[in-house]
Amino acid sequence: MKCTFSVLTQNAPGVLMRVSSLFYRRNHNIESLSVSQTDTVGVSRFTIMIDADEWAHDQVEKQLAKLVEVISVENLTHRGSFIQRCFSLIKVRATMETRPHIFQIADVFRCRVVDMGSDALTLEITGNEGKIRACVEALQAYGIIEMAGSGSVALGRSENVPGYLEQESQATYSHMVRA
Amino acid sequence: MELTGAQIVVKSLEDEGVETIFGLPGGTVIPLYDALYDSSIQHVLVRHEQAAAHAADGFSRVGDGVGVCVATSGPGATNLVTGIATAYRDSSPMVAITGQVATDSIGTDAFQEAHMLGISLPVVKHSMQARRADDIPRLIRDAFFIASTGRPGPVVLDLPTNVQKAFGEYRRPVDSGKNGAPSEYPGYCAIREDLTRLDEAAKLIRGAERPVLIAGNGINLSRAFEPLRVFAEGLEMPVAASLLGKGAIRNDHPNFIGMMGMHGGAAANRAITAADLIVAVGARFSDRSIGKSEEFARSARVIHIDIDDAEIHKNVGADVWLIGDAGKVLNTLAEAASGHDSLSRRAWMEKILTMREPAVRDASDAMRPRRILDALDEVTKGEVIVTTEVGQHQMWAAQFHKTLHPRRFVTSGGLGTMGFGIPAAMGAHFARPDLPVVCVAGDGSAMMNIQELDTYARYDMPIKVLLFDNACLGMVRQWQQIFYNERYSNTLFARRPDFVKIAEGMGVTAFSVESPQKIKSAIERAVETPGPVLVHFPIPQSENVFPMVPAGEALSNMIL
Ligand SMILES: Cc1ncc(C[n+]2csc(CCOP(=O)(O)OP(=O)(O)O)c2C)c(N)n1
Repeated sequence: MKCTFSVLTQNAPGVLMRVSSLFYRRNHNIESLSVSQTDTVGVSRFTIMIDADEWAHDQVEKQLAKLVEVISVENLTHRGSFIQRCFSLIKVRATMETRPHIFQIADVFRCRVVDMGSDALTLEITGNEGKIRACVEALQAYGIIEMAGSGSVALGRSENVPGYLEQESQATYSHMVRA
Repeated sequence: MELTGAQIVVKSLEDEGVETIFGLPGGTVIPLYDALYDSSIQHVLVRHEQAAAHAADGFSRVGDGVGVCVATSGPGATNLVTGIATAYRDSSPMVAITGQVATDSIGTDAFQEAHMLGISLPVVKHSMQARRADDIPRLIRDAFFIASTGRPGPVVLDLPTNVQKAFGEYRRPVDSGKNGAPSEYPGYCAIREDLTRLDEAAKLIRGAERPVLIAGNGINLSRAFEPLRVFAEGLEMPVAASLLGKGAIRNDHPNFIGMMGMHGGAAANRAITAADLIVAVGARFSDRSIGKSEEFARSARVIHIDIDDAEIHKNVGADVWLIGDAGKVLNTLAEAASGHDSLSRRAWMEKILTMREPAVRDASDAMRPRRILDALDEVTKGEVIVTTEVGQHQMWAAQFHKTLHPRRFVTSGGLGTMGFGIPAAMGAHFARPDLPVVCVAGDGSAMMNIQELDTYARYDMPIKVLLFDNACLGMVRQWQQIFYNERYSNTLFARRPDFVKIAEGMGVTAFSVESPQKIKSAIERAVETPGPVLVHFPIPQSENVFPMVPAGEALSNMIL
């Protein structure tokens, strides 16, 4: 089962190594990891996704919390309600004939065209994993030249704020996600 | 006050109350050693850095301070790693100070550069590198604080050589005492105390008919002997111990039912198997202690008490758990759980007595290991610190030596490090110079740090090494005999070293004991002889350790 952790750490040298080595040492696979600074000076936020049985979720959470430079650990999956986003750049082959089709797909997935060459387009897409996967699948037929993506980043939802934004954006592409 | 970084290190160590450290110098720590030259701190010069780490570890396990070891950069630092890992696996506090190349050379593959922070990463509680001389007092305070609080463990402090030479301001850090979290680490939480399930635990204990309390290393670490004794006596609970829990309760206490696990006693293993309640305190349910985890105490509910919440459900699922310091939790729980049925508890205790393995009939005229350990207890009356190496002799010591006081049985449990016992005894000696120290060693392990006999002699440490010489790597030989069709691949030594000559060559009194009748007088002679002594006992190669639970099998599945 997939599980996403949001981990606040001190922004100290080696902290990435301490966090990632913990997963390696404890025999858990990291599906995705991303780290960036936060609005608080000296504090970084890791978003870490693992795919493991539930026993491991509990272990990972507690072992992470024991790292001296870790400030807090939150199991977002456990908490239930959170927003998760990935970001990708996709360079796709685009001839004069296929261009309109690609624009259409880009529109459906709310991509932005960030670079345009004579035979290729680069799209920028933001969304959760499922949305990005669906978009990649849709573009595959035209020939993806290369792509780069961030790990997923996530935040717990604020309480009492309606979640319709998220639902709306899902509605636009969910029909395209193949099983 | 303007001092060099090296002087600040020494001053900070003095402020921590450090009196003894273990180490061996080299290029990048010459400034530090220069500063030590003017200090009251006694530096014990070892012959190999691994020994410095084990000595610091032994010091921590026996005494009240945090052991400190020092090594130079590169090979000196990497030589510490086994010792650091050993301390980590047994939750022993330690501060390991390593030299490092100058900060502007880091990353250039400079002479004797090794990335110690990276190499040691998975085996430390924390590690840090000094970047400025001014930072050192804070770093050292934090290192000792982190090493010794919560679940203790080793901390590495990497000291680039230019930082040792740079001048800085010495200011004694005042903003964090032993009770406060270090200011540098806002997220560090020594104990995530959680006693919300206290009533549930108390109810289970009150209602249990066949409870067994398992005492682990946490009792030693939290110095919870009195709370444990009061708990066990008050609630009439039988107490089994893990290897590292040995000494948590006097081994001659009527409630003590012996060591559990792979080479545990039959009474402890059978009682655990038949129990309806396990109360594990400061024990982490290691595979060597519990055997096959699915079969472990199948008819029992489990109450797990630990200072480290990550241990809960890690190896054995708990029905009820309490997070906190062992002594404090035991005190609180003892009160809450009073009101048990004394009659059924006594019947259970009687029953456990019948579970013991049959007494060994020993009519032979051989140099049996047990005779040596019984003689040790007779001669010392149990007033002794015992350190062990790793192997059969370690298990015999655990089975037969009666530890009467806490923190006096010093052994490498989690990592099982051969080469631990001889140097750990040095740390034990400096932690408790008032007590006799005996190291129970096998010939294989002894050869891993034999060079420290020279350190014994140079500092005239009155350590007595009892060498169980079976001319083989006995424990491995035993597995090969039982599980590998007696195919003794690379375990039998074609030649015995002359241990007496080796010891004498290093200035240690030594003699060999040729007949079992002379065991006791030999130990008496060793104890009476001032300074270090090595007593060489040639024992039969065929001696095995029983009971034995084959690896991965249920505790009930003992070969007796
Ligand atoms: C550093 C290290 N290497 C290898 C082992 C594996 N090992 C465990 S016990 C043992 C044999 C120990 O021999 P000895 O010290 O003579 O003790 P004995 O079992 O004969 O009493 C070995 C090789 C180990 N525990 N530690």
